[in-house]
Amino acid sequence: MVQSLDYLKETASQTAGPYVHIGLIPSQAGFDIFENNFTNVLADENTRGERIIIEGRVIDGTGTPLRDALLEIWQANADGRYNHQLDRQKSGKVDEGFRGWGRTGTDFDTAVYRFETIKPGVVSGRNGKDMAPHINFWIVARGINIGLNTRMYFADEQEANAADPVLNLIEQKTRRKTLIADRDDSGSIPVYRFDIILQGDGETVFFDI
Amino acid sequence: MEFYQRDRTLQPAGYTPIYKTSVARSPRQSLMSLQGSLSEITGPVFGQNELGPLDNDLIRNYAKDGDPIGERIFVHGRVLDENNRPVPNTLVEFWQANAGGRYRHKKDTYLAPIDPNFGGCGRALTDENGYYFFRTIKPGPYPWRNYVNSWRPAHIHFSVFGSGFAQRLITQMYFEGDPLIKECPIVHVIPDEDAINRLIAPIDLKGSVPLDTIAYKFDIVLRGRRSTLFENRLEGN
Ligand SMILES: [Fe+2]
Repeated sequence: MVQSLDYLKETASQTAGPYVHIGLIPSQAGFDIFENNFTNVLADENTRGERIIIEGRVIDGTGTPLRDALLEIWQANADGRYNHQLDRQKSGKVDEGFRGWGRTGTDFDTAVYRFETIKPGVVSGRNGKDMAPHINFWIVARGINIGLNTRMYFADEQEANAADPVLNLIEQKTRRKTLIADRDDSGSIPVYRFDIILQGDGETVFFDI
Repeated sequence: MEFYQRDRTLQPAGYTPIYKTSVARSPRQSLMSLQGSLSEITGPVFGQNELGPLDNDLIRNYAKDGDPIGERIFVHGRVLDENNRPVPNTLVEFWQANAGGRYRHKKDTYLAPIDPNFGGCGRALTDENGYYFFRTIKPGPYPWRNYVNSWRPAHIHFSVFGSGFAQRLITQMYFEGDPLIKECPIVHVIPDEDAINRLIAPIDLKGSVPLDTIAYKFDIVLRGRRSTLFENRLEGN
């Protein structure tokens, strides 16, 4: 016998289920209960940076968009700083009013999700390699046993994307483009379109983070 | 300050045919393993000022003309990490069906009635010891379309943040003694019997209020952070 390692074990994940909205976005479930609700709008009038909209769908292995998915995003501010004590980057500064996090559900009718935020800056990656601007996504739904993690990159950041240490880890080059959102400048605010393909042709790269 | 690698032997796979909806909603390619960067080791921070005084009291937070029907219960416990350290000031959210097994949700058409005095959701911030608690009524089991005669055991859904986005977790709490647990495909997507048992909250008579409310205790463990002296540098500058 040897001494025992006294680490605890991580609690097992379970699906968020079809009624995830009740707990996390009650207005979408059809009622009003909390005074303060978490939303898909990340930036207010004081937030620095370029206003953007992110829109897309979450599509299953039969090509059907999910109407009951919940998405959360986590991102740095326009300077590439996270609003968190473990971000000790020396460049740029934190935006006190910008948490950098939002949540929303795909629409029950259109199946589209939408975030209103700002474009993040470059964040320093492991071993001093800069990461291209990106937004972390987390997706849960009925039928998803454990939350799926992925990243969205920006099509107009070609040079930074080409040097990004995470995109470059993806062995099959054709799969890298599953993480790159196209930019549409036809409206007053730029819209990035980011569809997440859960399975099959064009399957999004998901990370074990 | 990156996290320990997630132990996938304790976690459900994506593709689990006993839970039919997972078949078309699970990736076929392997997840790509990614060492933590700042984007994964940081995460959103929430404050007590964002919560209302009744947010952790599901008996009162939607009551219109009386208390909801059902067994009055407390659920309490701690959010810890794999290093057995408390996770303080983290947001815990919970939602559930009413005593009849019906959710207050547009898409729930089960024939059990809506309870006019029950919303079915709440939230709390852990204290400096990682402790959280809330008051509610015990949810009922309900049928769902997997096999034609599938029933969910009574359960409460939990969402927990931790201090980094890589700790983000959604799970379900079950109740000691429920005979439906062993029949449930959603429970049994978890490949490890002990990991299933850790989702079952025991009755906690010491935590109960005599003649008023019975308690269940439910601890949640999130991934731990590495704290070795010789640390890889996550940032370059
Ligand atoms: Fe449920």
